[in-house]
Amino acid sequence: MSDDIVNIEVDGEAVEARRGQMLIEVTDAVGAYVPRFCYHDKLSVAANCRMCLVEVEKVPKPMPACATPVGEGMKVFTKSPKAIAAQKATMEFLLINHPLDCPICDQGGECELQDLAIGYGRDVSRYNDGKRVVKDKDIGPLVSTDMTRCIHCTRCVRFGEEITGKPQLGTTDRGENMKIGTYVEQSVDHELSANIIDLCPVGALNNKPYRYSARAWEMAQHATVSPHDCVGSNLYAHVLRGTVKRIVPRANESINESWIADRDRYSYEAIYSGDRLMRPRVKENGAWRDVDWEGALAQAADVLKSADQDKVALIATPAVTVEEGHLLSQIADHLGTANIDHRVGRRDVSDQDNDPMYPSLGCSIAEIEQHDAILVAGSNVRAEAPIIAHRLRKAAVAGAAISFANSSVYEYLFDVANYLSGAGLVELLAGVAVAAADGNSLPDSVTELCDGVTASGAHKDVARSLAEADRAIVLLGNIAGRHASYTAVRALAAAIAELTGASFGGLSEGPNSAGACLAGVLPHRAQGGENRVTAGLDVASMLAQAMDAVVLVNVEPDADIHAATDAVARLAEQAFVVALTPFVSDALLEAADLLLPTGTFAETSGTYVNVEGTWQSFSGVASAVGEARPTWKVLRVLGNLVDAPGFDYVTSVDVRDEFVARLGEISTSNAYEASGRIAKVNGADAPANDIDIPLYSVDALVRRATALQLTDEAQRARAVSDG
Amino acid sequence: MTATKVYVPRETSAVSVGADEVAVAIAREAKQSGTSIELIRNGSWGATWLEPLVEVEVDGARIAYGNVSEEDVPAMFAAGLLEGGEHKRRLGPIMEVGYLIRQDRWTCWRCGLIDPLSLQDFRLHQGFNALEKAFAEGPDAVLDSVTESGLRGRGGAGFPTGIKWRTVAETDADQKYIACNADEGDSGTFSDRMLMEGDPLGLIESMAIAGYAVGASKGYIYLRSEYPLTYAILTRALETARDSGWLGDNIQGSGFDFDIELHLGAGSYVCGEETAMLESLEGKKGIVRYKPPLPAHEGLFGKPTVVNNVITLASVPNIVNLGGERYAGMGVNRSKGTLAFQLAGNIKRGGLVEKSFGVTLRELIDDWGGGTASGRPVKAVQVGGPLGAYIPAAQLDTPLDYEAFVDIGAMIGHGGIVVFDDTADMAQQARFAMEFCAIESCGKCTPCRIGSTRGVEVIDRMIAGEKREENYDLLVELCDTMEDASLCAMGGMTPYPVRSVLKHFAEDFASSGGDR
Ligand SMILES: Cc1cc2nc3c(=O)[nH]c(=O)nc-3n(C[C@H](O)[C@H](O)[C@H](O)COP(=O)(O)O)c2cc1C
Ligand code: SF4
Ligand code: SF4
Ligand code: FES
Repeated sequence: MSDDIVNIEVDGEAVEARRGQMLIEVTDAVGAYVPRFCYHDKLSVAANCRMCLVEVEKVPKPMPACATPVGEGMKVFTKSPKAIAAQKATMEFLLINHPLDCPICDQGGECELQDLAIGYGRDVSRYNDGKRVVKDKDIGPLVSTDMTRCIHCTRCVRFGEEITGKPQLGTTDRGENMKIGTYVEQSVDHELSANIIDLCPVGALNNKPYRYSARAWEMAQHATVSPHDCVGSNLYAHVLRGTVKRIVPRANESINESWIADRDRYSYEAIYSGDRLMRPRVKENGAWRDVDWEGALAQAADVLKSADQDKVALIATPAVTVEEGHLLSQIADHLGTANIDHRVGRRDVSDQDNDPMYPSLGCSIAEIEQHDAILVAGSNVRAEAPIIAHRLRKAAVAGAAISFANSSVYEYLFDVANYLSGAGLVELLAGVAVAAADGNSLPDSVTELCDGVTASGAHKDVARSLAEADRAIVLLGNIAGRHASYTAVRALAAAIAELTGASFGGLSEGPNSAGACLAGVLPHRAQGGENRVTAGLDVASMLAQAMDAVVLVNVEPDADIHAATDAVARLAEQAFVVALTPFVSDALLEAADLLLPTGTFAETSGTYVNVEGTWQSFSGVASAVGEARPTWKVLRVLGNLVDAPGFDYVTSVDVRDEFVARLGEISTSNAYEASGRIAKVNGADAPANDIDIPLYSVDALVRRATALQLTDEAQRARAVSDG
Repeated sequence: MTATKVYVPRETSAVSVGADEVAVAIAREAKQSGTSIELIRNGSWGATWLEPLVEVEVDGARIAYGNVSEEDVPAMFAAGLLEGGEHKRRLGPIMEVGYLIRQDRWTCWRCGLIDPLSLQDFRLHQGFNALEKAFAEGPDAVLDSVTESGLRGRGGAGFPTGIKWRTVAETDADQKYIACNADEGDSGTFSDRMLMEGDPLGLIESMAIAGYAVGASKGYIYLRSEYPLTYAILTRALETARDSGWLGDNIQGSGFDFDIELHLGAGSYVCGEETAMLESLEGKKGIVRYKPPLPAHEGLFGKPTVVNNVITLASVPNIVNLGGERYAGMGVNRSKGTLAFQLAGNIKRGGLVEKSFGVTLRELIDDWGGGTASGRPVKAVQVGGPLGAYIPAAQLDTPLDYEAFVDIGAMIGHGGIVVFDDTADMAQQARFAMEFCAIESCGKCTPCRIGSTRGVEVIDRMIAGEKREENYDLLVELCDTMEDASLCAMGGMTPYPVRSVLKHFAEDFASSGGDR
C-alpha cells in the first residue's frame, strides 16, 4: 500500500483516499452529497459557511467536510442525526438574514440556498427580529446585485483573487456588518468577471441583462459552442419559446473548465438586435427593396452562373462552420474558381504554401498549464482568447516563466517573466532568435532577418528561459497573424522554437480557422490540404481586381476585413456583391447588391474545429429571427440553383458526414519550413501597423451585444478608436 | 556623594494615576533642595493598587512609598524621602511588601526591579544569559528544556509550547518566523503590557531564543494599538538591542541572525486569534484562517511560524537558565509552572500576581485582592477574558489548573480575573458577552456572524420577559450551534459565559419584567 493512500469509511462504506485530501472531495467522489455553500472545487478552501458539517467518529464536534483532511481509519457520517442536526442548525442561521424573496429572485429554481432550504430548513423561522438589509452595489452592466441575499460565502471574492488575479470584490467591515463590495465604487470588469454569477450560490449576483425576463424552470437548456474565439468554449443556451434568454457555461475540463468569457455569455443579445436583416433585400438603381427568398436566391444563382469563372470571389470569415465551408468550397469547385478565402484578417499571405494543414496551438489547451516556459508573441491574448489567457495565468501561478513579445504593453494579472516591447515584432523576435542561437548558426531562413541584430539582456533572458525549461512553447497570437510581415514573424518564432527546443504553435482567428482550412476555404489549397493546381486569389487580391460576382458569407467588410484597406469601397466598385448576413449595416448597404438574411450561431447547426483540433458540433438552439435561414441551407439551395452536383443534403449532419468521409488523414504538424532566405522587412514592422482588435469588437455579434458595449472596457476601446 | 536612586514607574497604569507628574515633582524638589538624584523610570512591580509606587534606594535597600501624588512630594522631601524617611505613604522596603513577596516570580521577576531601557541593568540581572547559554548548548537543548518544563501557551489555548516549537523546528523551509502575540485583547488582562513595559529586553531575548531554537531569523511583535507607551518603550528597547549587537546579523558572533519588527494592530479583538493576527501582519484584513494548515506548518507569508503569547515567551529564559525541571516542579497536575494572574474588576487590590498553578481563586481574590472594592460579597468572577465563563462564588475554591477549570466549564486563558459583587446583573453580563462577540466577530463564518447578533436579540427578549422559556430553549440551541460550528474560538466560546449565566444565575433573568 502506498503511503499516500489512506483508508476511510464514508457512511459505512470503505473508501480509499489520498492522504491530505479534504473530506468533501472524497464524499463527492463516492456520491455522498454534503451540502455546501463556500466550497468550490476551483477555489481555495474558505470554510466559512459551516454548511458542510459531518460527523467524524471520535471527534466531539461536527467537522467541516471541506476543511478536514482525511486520515487513516477515519469514519465519516454524512447523514447521521448529528450531521443532519448540525447542517440544519447552520441553515437556520443563514435563513434568518436571508430575505426569502424567492418569488422575485432570478436565482429561484436554481438556487443552492433554496434547494438546501427545502432539505434542511424549517418552514417557520424561530427568529423573528428584523432582517439585515444591505444596499446594492452597481458593479457594471453585466452583473446585477441584490446584496441583502448574500450569504458571505466569498466565492466571488476568491474568484477575483485566485482565478482572474484581479481582486475587485472583497469584504469590508466585520461581524454582521461584513459585506461584499468593491471598496471604491467601480465596475467589476475582467473578461471572465461574470462567472461570479454562476459561482454565487444565491441570488446576490445575477445576470443583469437577463434580469426578470424568465424563470429558470420554464426554459429549455441546449448545448452549444462559443463562436468568438479559437477556444470554442462549451455553452448552454437557456431558451424560452425559441428565444435565447441567457448563456451559461457547460463544463468541459479540457477546454473551458467551468468558466466562460463574458462575451460568450452576453453576445446572445445581438441575436435580437435591431440590426437584424429580417428578409432578403436587393439594391436596384441605388435603392433597396425587400424581395422574397425564391427571387433573391434565383438572382444570386444567375449572377454566379453568368460570371466569368475567374471573376467569381467567395469570401467567408473564420466563423464559417465546417459544413458551410464544405458547401462553399464545392460551389467554388463547381463554378471553376479558386478565388475562395476565409483569411479576412491576414495581410501577408506570401508564405502561405508553408502554412501547416491547419493552424494549431501546438499542444492541447489544457497542456498549456504543463509548460515551464512560454513565449507569447504578437498577441493581446486576454482579448483574443480569454480562456487561453486564463490557462497562461494558471501556468504562471504554478511557476512557469511566461514572456511576451508585443509592440504594445498589455496588462497581465500575473508575474510576467519578461516583456519585450516598444519595437516592431520582427525586431523583437530577431533579438530573441540571435540570443537563442547564442553564437551558433541560425536557420538559413532568418539569417538575413537577423543580420546586424544584437541581443539585449532581455532577449537573452527570454531565450534562456525557453532553453532551460523542461517543456517550453512559443505561441504566436492574432496580432502576429495580422502582421504585415507575418512571414518574417513566423520564421523567426519558428527559429526561436527550434533553437531552444521549444514547441511551436499559436492562436488562430475566430472559432473555426482550422475547420475552414480543412474544408478548403482557401485559394491555394483544396479540401484536405491538397495544393490546388493553380492557386486562386486571396482576399486582398480579390478585392483589388474587378470581379463579376462576389459572395460574402457573414462578413462585415468594414470591421472584419483587415487583409485589405478600403474593403467597403472596393466591394462597392464590384459588379455584383451578394452578402449572406444576419445583420444590416451601412457598410453592407454600400458594398452589397443583394442581402440574404442568415441565422446567427444560435439559429444554425454546425461544427467548429478549435485551435487544439477538437471537433465540436452543435445544433441550432433558437428560432430564426425574421426570415433568416441557416447559412448552410442558403448555400445548399444556391448550390442546387447553380447545378452543383450532389447537393441533396437534408441536414447539416449529412454535410458534415460527407465531408468527414472525404477527408483523409489530418496532419497536426506545426513544423515550419521556409522557402529560402527571408528578406529584411524594411518598413513593414512599425508598431503602429499592428492590428489589435479590442475584446468587444471581435465579431458582428459581440459588436452588437448591448451589455458588453456598455462595459468600461468597450467604452475605453471606443474612446481610443474615436480619438 | 553619589546621586540617590529614585524609582518612579513609567508604566501605563502608574502613568494613568499620575506617575509622570510625580516624577517631575521629585526632580523639581531635588533640584530646589540642591540634592543630586538619579531618577529611574522602572516598570511596575504589578501592585497596581499602590501606584504610583515610588522607591528610594538607601544603603542598597529600596524603600517604597505607595499611592504617591504630585502634591505629596514636597512633604515627602521634607520628611526625608531621600533617606527613606517616615511618611504616611511609606510602605517600607519593597522586598517586604506582602503583595509581592508571596509571589512566585519566574517570568515577571525583572518587572519593577530594573531600568527597562538600560542594557547594563538588564545584563546585571542575568539579561541575555539564557541566550548565551542557548548558543552554547545548541537548539536541541533549548527545545528539550522547553518541552521538559511543561510550559503551555499563556495566550488562551494552553497548547504545549515545546510541541509547537519542535513542529516548527522540524518543518523544512527557507524562512521561518517568530510571531509574538501582544494583542492582549482579553478584558481584565494586562500582564503582557506590564512585562513589555517592565522588561522589554527580556521579551527580545525570549524571541531570539525561540528563533534560535526553531531556526527562524525574523520575529514580529503584534502589539495592540491601545498601548502607545508600550510601543514607545519597545521601540527604544529594539534599538538598544540592535545597537549593541543583540539583534541583527551574527548576534554576538554566534553566527545566528535574528531581528524583530514591531507591528501595531488596529483595535480588533479577533486579531488576537493567531491566524487573524497573521493575516493582519501580512497587511490584510484580520480574518480568521481555517486550520489546517497550522501556523507551525504554514503561518506568516505561508512559512512555518511560532505564534506565542508574550508571557509564554518570557517564561523561557529562566527555563533555559534554571532548567525545565525547575519550572515543571512548580504548579499542579498538567498545569506546570507559574502564571501571571491579573486581578481586576470590582477588587480592592488590583494588580499582577505571578503565582504557581494550584492557587485557588479565593486565595487570589482574598489574600491578594483583599476582596471587592465595594466591600460587598463576590457574586461572580470571570476568568480568561470575554469568552470565559462567569464562575459563581460557590466555586471560588477551584484551584487554578487548566483541567480543573475545564471541569467546571470555565477556562483560565490569559489569567485575567474580573470580579463582580452581588449587585451585578448577570443577565446583562450574558448579554454583554453576546454583544461583545457581535461587535468583535470577524464575520467570516455563519454561526458566529449571525448567531452573536441574533443571540443578543434573544437575550433581550428574555430580559424583557417575552416568552422566556421558549427563548431560553432557543438561546441554548443557538449556543450549541455557535459552539459546534464556529470556525474559531471567538464564536466557539462565546457561549461559555452565556451558558454560565443560564446555569448559575438564571434568576437574574427573572428579576426584570414578567412573562408576557
Ligand atoms: C478571539 C481570540 C482572541 C485571542 N486573543 C489573543 C490575544 O490577545 N493574545 C494572545 O496571546 N492570544 C490570543 N488568542 C489566542 C491565540 O489564538 C493563540 O492561541 C495564542 O496566541 C498562541 O500562543 P500561546 O500558545 O503562547 O498561547 C486569542 C484567541 C481567540 C480565539
Ligand atoms: S455575493 Fe454571492 S458569491 Fe459573493 S459572497 Fe455573497 S453569496 Fe457568496
Ligand atoms: S467564529 Fe467568529 S471570529 Fe471566528 S472565524 Fe467565525 S466569524 Fe470570525
Ligand atoms: S462548504 Fe465547508 S464550510 Fe462552507
